Amino acid sequence: MTDNFQSVKNILLVLSGKGGVGKSSVTTQLALSLSLQGFKVGILDIDLTGPSIPRIFQAEDSKIVQSHHGWIPVSSTNGIKLISIGFLIKDRGDSIVWRGAKKSAMIKQFITDVNWGELDYLIIDTPPGTSDEHISIVEELSAYREKIIGGVIVTTPQLISLEDVRKEINFCKLVKLEIIGIVENMNGFVCPHCKECTNIFSSKGGEILAKELSLKYLGRLPIDPKYNELVESGKLAKYQDSEIYNEYFKIIMEQIDVRSISKE
Amino acid sequence: MITVEAPNIQKIENPNLKEPEPEHCPGPESEDAGKGDACDGCANQEICESLPKGPDPDMNLINERLKDIKHKVLVLSGKGGVGKTTFTTMLSWALAADEDLEIGAMDLDICGPSLPRMLGAKGESVHASNSGWTPVYVNDNLGMMSIGFMLPEDDSAIVWRGAKKNGLIKQFLKDVDWGKLDYLVIDTPPGTSDEHISVNTYLKESGIDGALVVTTPQEVALLDVRKEIDFCRKANIKILGLVENMSGFVCPGCKNESMIFKPTTGGGKALCEELGIPFLGAVPLDPRIGKACDDGESFLDLYPDSPASTAILDVVDALIESIES
Repeated sequence: MTDNFQSVKNILLVLSGKGGVGKSSVTTQLALSLSLQGFKVGILDIDLTGPSIPRIFQAEDSKIVQSHHGWIPVSSTNGIKLISIGFLIKDRGDSIVWRGAKKSAMIKQFITDVNWGELDYLIIDTPPGTSDEHISIVEELSAYREKIIGGVIVTTPQLISLEDVRKEINFCKLVKLEIIGIVENMNGFVCPHCKECTNIFSSKGGEILAKELSLKYLGRLPIDPKYNELVESGKLAKYQDSEIYNEYFKIIMEQIDVRSISKE
Repeated sequence: MITVEAPNIQKIENPNLKEPEPEHCPGPESEDAGKGDACDGCANQEICESLPKGPDPDMNLINERLKDIKHKVLVLSGKGGVGKTTFTTMLSWALAADEDLEIGAMDLDICGPSLPRMLGAKGESVHASNSGWTPVYVNDNLGMMSIGFMLPEDDSAIVWRGAKKNGLIKQFLKDVDWGKLDYLVIDTPPGTSDEHISVNTYLKESGIDGALVVTTPQEVALLDVRKEIDFCRKANIKILGLVENMSGFVCPGCKNESMIFKPTTGGGKALCEELGIPFLGAVPLDPRIGKACDDGESFLDLYPDSPASTAILDVVDALIESIES
């Protein structure tokens, strides 16, 4: 079998110890932003029990096809290539009740069997925690270490989230995964009626944590129902005109400065 | 064109086996395990021959430990960050408001245990005696125990594969000395994996009353919650009801309500109607909930008149009714 990963140039991971903080949302926005800059982008969703990528890209009915050269990823309307276990189940409500060993086998297959074609960036969306999926992906990628440019850590500002995120950061250190920086998501909500901003989940937690641990603070994203609406109505093509991209995510992209850390 | 499908997702697998059991499998724990006709050529044959036969002796110990607990409730959600631990906390405070009841709260999240902080027991140490681990009492009639208490210091990541987690969960269920309880509320991590399979297996004999499923209104969360409900069906766990958290936000400035996580597909209520599950209610977003949780204080005590408190207590009442019926 040929090495399917040969034509993947750079690998990024999106991580957080905590669930529901916006890992898949940041993964999506990273992919869209890189794609807008003209790069070829793929997303590998290794959240096996709660995959969100198919829904976010409105591609839930798509299937992964087996070819002579391996599994062919689903192509989103934005031209982003997608792999997720969500494409491998018959009914969207099916649960994947697997213990660790089986999850690891699936992740191994994602790495060995998918024919990505030419990719400038492969972004890996991870589940919460520091368990089987995380250990497996690091192990499976060990042969491609030179392609990994690092992990983006996502958190929300409140203490309860930061505590789990600290654990994830320690996990990254343990497995020697470079941390690109921290994104603080769900920072403030601007009332559409009176424009007053409420910090529903507190504020600045991510920024303070970054400072304390000498990590790069990449920026913040507000709670933005308009972004959720883009996702829900399948209008991700309009992302480049959105406020969240122009006012917030562009800053994060500048901070990441992907060109300076890319391998090729 | 051949499409790729995920293997063996219709049944909960036996944790000890490499492959699913074949059609005429004598049963991996039976006396004939590994010796039946179906065993020849089965990938599990060697494993089955070496598995201990008969019932797991630890099950008796777990049953003995939990025999004086009247009701056990699991708090579940396929999705992370929807408020499982927040709701476990609220439910515990609310139940403990009745001084005649004895309440226990148990945290099974190994990689991200948050219950100690939310119940104001952060930094407490637990004591082990001859009779086992003693829960931390945060109130006269509210004890709590987190699997986090059994782990090394604060920030260290618990980088464990499933098998090791299962061992700890078993030990945890076996060794914590709850004594007599009216309710034990069990908080779980997101997903449908080792922790969930284990707790269900180990509590099967002593009995789980059912599960409270927590969701937020948007479809990305509901999709994962569907999977959790599917898991409950596969595992024969009764669903006591579903609560929708973070449902709407009232601006403290102008008092207008915004749907922050829009229920574009009808939210928790529509899901309940579709799947035939009791809908227990919706709890609005209130920034003071997060603050109270960070501080380990009871939101219900601090803001008894807030709309969120009223909504939470309504859900708790509906849940108790569902348990008692």
